[in-house]
Amino acid sequence: MTRRRALTVGVQGIGGLAAAGVALPAIAFAIAPIFHRPRETWESVGPTDRFSRDTYLTVVITQVPGIGEAGKTTAFVRKADPNPPFNEPAGTYVAISSRCAHLGCPVRFVAAAGNFICPCHGGVYDFEGKVIGGPPVRPLDRFQTRVRSGQVQIGPRYSVTSQLKPVRARDPGEYVGGVWNVIYPPRPSTFPPPSSAG
Amino acid sequence: MKLPLPAGFRRPPKPGERVRVDGAGDGAAPTTPIDRVKEGGADLVGWLDERTGGASFLTGMLYRKVPKGTNWFYTLGSGTLFAFVVQAITGVFLAMYYDPSPTQAYGSITHLTNDVFLGEFVRGMHKWGATVMVILIFLHMARTFVFGAYKYPRELNWVIGVVLLILTMAMALTGYLLPFDQRSFWATTVANNITATGPFVGPYLADFLRAGAEFGPTTLSRFYAIHMLLIPGLIIALIGAHLYLVVKLGTTAPPWLRAKRPKSLRREEVG
Repeated sequence: MTRRRALTVGVQGIGGLAAAGVALPAIAFAIAPIFHRPRETWESVGPTDRFSRDTYLTVVITQVPGIGEAGKTTAFVRKADPNPPFNEPAGTYVAISSRCAHLGCPVRFVAAAGNFICPCHGGVYDFEGKVIGGPPVRPLDRFQTRVRSGQVQIGPRYSVTSQLKPVRARDPGEYVGGVWNVIYPPRPSTFPPPSSAG
Repeated sequence: MKLPLPAGFRRPPKPGERVRVDGAGDGAAPTTPIDRVKEGGADLVGWLDERTGGASFLTGMLYRKVPKGTNWFYTLGSGTLFAFVVQAITGVFLAMYYDPSPTQAYGSITHLTNDVFLGEFVRGMHKWGATVMVILIFLHMARTFVFGAYKYPRELNWVIGVVLLILTMAMALTGYLLPFDQRSFWATTVANNITATGPFVGPYLADFLRAGAEFGPTTLSRFYAIHMLLIPGLIIALIGAHLYLVVKLGTTAPPWLRAKRPKSLRREEVG
């Protein structure tokens, strides 16, 4: 190696290091939220006797604190039904997210039909949140629930497969289950799903 | 009244035109004060030119040859550039009143629209100018395509133009959230979720755009920074490259014009 070549390589290397010293922290700074999981929060939505098996009660919970209306979301809550065809564990509560599994518009529960209907692109879900019409790719997301001192509490969001098996929360529009778990990988910013459905 | 120009700025002679070497008309030194004032501007420009050499560049650009048949369709690119400049200027002034926080954004927009003097007008220019810019880009692109102006040696300029189109779309998307009303919030939610449906990287890309798994405290400021700092910088740089190539390579004649060939050649073809 000649002296000229050694100096060229050396100067270019130092320049590259200087550029990387600026660029890499800046990029890491911008993409850091991908790897950050927010604190787990549980919010009370009312005493246990407020909810029934037959219909959903609409509650508003704060998903992201400190940003006003934009951080709030709607959930539909009912008591779990241990009888067929639901066979849900007794004494638990079902909280269904209003976020449509198509592209995230807010669905509403139409009590007369017993269905969830999305205003944007016509997605329709049955009483359990399973897709019965329109473009959605999977059932409606759910929130974890628990009972503390007589109050029903709503926790982190999770998604469910078409058999209502809990999986880590996915964004709307993403299929879940089987090979789809590889194509749409779970993200570190979401919470692990509950161990049993409910 | 014709003001004197320094030598570098005079129109270069047309092909075949005789160059005047006698320097008639600008030889004599100014005598009266009014003549000296008139020469002052030329002296300043000459002073700058002597130190920058910019005049030959400017004359080369401003007096460059354009093909016969150049028509109004060739102004669509300049129209797009003008729309971008309008967006940049109105955007700077909107930023003086806008507050990109989820709790304040909508209030600051209604304040600047309803209370600030001419606020509705400036915001309207920015809002409608965005639509105009997108329409002009597509017309400009259609002109380039239909006239065959993307062909050799201008392929790279087409590629740069497509990148500019994508960046403009990204501007339209990120700007749509900023008024932070119901429509922009849900439109951005849907757009983010469409991003998330891309295989393998989509979920992470959506998290990057939202700065988290849910619409969060910094989503709006993230969109704002992308909208007013990141993409405009890229667009300005690429417009520079786009214009450099336009000047360097020249424009194409419309496809309905045929190159003139000497009569002797034509006779050879027929015979």
